[in-house]
Amino acid sequence: MLALFTRDLKLAFRSGGGFGLALAFFLIVVMFVPFGVGSDLTLLARIAPGILWIGALLACLLSLDRIFQLDHEDGTLDVLATSPLPLSGITAAKATAHWVTTGLPLTLAAIPLGYLLNLPEPAYIWLFASLAIGTPALSFIGAFGAAVTVGIKRGGLLLSLLVLPLYIPTLIFGAVSVIKSVDGLNPLPSLILLAGLTLFSVVLMPFASALALKANLN
Amino acid sequence: MSFWEYANPVKFMGLSGRLIPVLSVLTALSLAVGILWGFFGTPDDYKQGSTVKIIFLHVPSAMIAINAWIMMMVTSLVWLIRRHHVSALAAKAAAPIGLTMTLIALGTGAIWGKPMWGTYWAWDPRLTSFMILAVFYLGYIALWNAIEDTDVAADLTSILCMVGSVFALLSRYAVNFWNQGLHQGASLSLDKEEHVDNAFYFPLLVCIAGFVLLFVILVLIRTRTEIRLRRAASLQARNT
Repeated sequence: MLALFTRDLKLAFRSGGGFGLALAFFLIVVMFVPFGVGSDLTLLARIAPGILWIGALLACLLSLDRIFQLDHEDGTLDVLATSPLPLSGITAAKATAHWVTTGLPLTLAAIPLGYLLNLPEPAYIWLFASLAIGTPALSFIGAFGAAVTVGIKRGGLLLSLLVLPLYIPTLIFGAVSVIKSVDGLNPLPSLILLAGLTLFSVVLMPFASALALKANLN
Repeated sequence: MSFWEYANPVKFMGLSGRLIPVLSVLTALSLAVGILWGFFGTPDDYKQGSTVKIIFLHVPSAMIAINAWIMMMVTSLVWLIRRHHVSALAAKAAAPIGLTMTLIALGTGAIWGKPMWGTYWAWDPRLTSFMILAVFYLGYIALWNAIEDTDVAADLTSILCMVGSVFALLSRYAVNFWNQGLHQGASLSLDKEEHVDNAFYFPLLVCIAGFVLLFVILVLIRTRTEIRLRRAASLQARNT
């Protein structure tokens, strides 16, 4: 499992694609917002939590199909499925690798990008915390979507359609906790619910993904 | 004699073929009575005027929209556990009906909302949950259409339905967290006194019965179509 994890990390960093792409996309989304809504700093400060969360979510979505697609095409996935490792272990390792290569960098990048959007001072810590807690859920739920659509040629659009409604609770709890901190309210309740959601996804989604992979590999 | 015998397509076709005419008459009757009674036999509301009568379409379609998903969840589970093809096909058959009911509920709600709330659409938790439900239906239908191998498609859509149910429920309560609503409370309730006035209540019950029957025969007809499509495909495969 660890070997699979490090292999996925190496692949993501070396080919450059998956790693840089999500970050670049996030940067571009955030950069576009002032062009779209105007450079009024108070307005930007109001919408910053939502933009940062949506941007991170979409950037995460962009790289989901890489989790299984390439391995499925060159047959690695079939070899992995016949290994003694349980399928749920494989999906968990791959989802974790996806988080380290997208969710973690996105979380770190959100801080300077928040400054660009004039995010109010007390919200930074909560932005960082909510993204750090919430992005693993995005990776694990996304891995399920990727497992369902792995056998479909050009399944990217379908993947988005399937995964986006599953992302709604994560987005709500994540964005609400940052908005609450901006408004001077207590952001902790939504952050705790977000943490619960992440734990739920991390524990249970690998099994659902494994079921879907098994159906696809027959 | 067991319930599971009807998982045999031949038995299912026989029974459903006999049921459909009877159920169709009942459906037509209850819908006609319910809607005519509702539209012409009830007084106008003192505040809402005659717009209140849209409840006779809105509430039943909304109920079916949610219960169709629950039915799909049960039939998907039956497919995953017992591998009965009729069950998987019934889930497939129910999805477009559920989507249509969701859209009818949203549409009638919008028509009612314009004169009453002053807007066709508000980001109210109930409205938002229904929009999310519509997206779940869309994804489910799209997944069925995207996969050629029917057994794999049945497997994957069933798994999606299970996982989707969990997240749909989560979303339902998460949106409460995010926004307080405009929507009034429950129109009907089994355990509480809280429901609409009796003048509206009884025709509403007839309408709901009509919608439930309509849903049942539509699912039966669509499942029969799916079974026939399957048979036609296997005949074709044999001939080539």
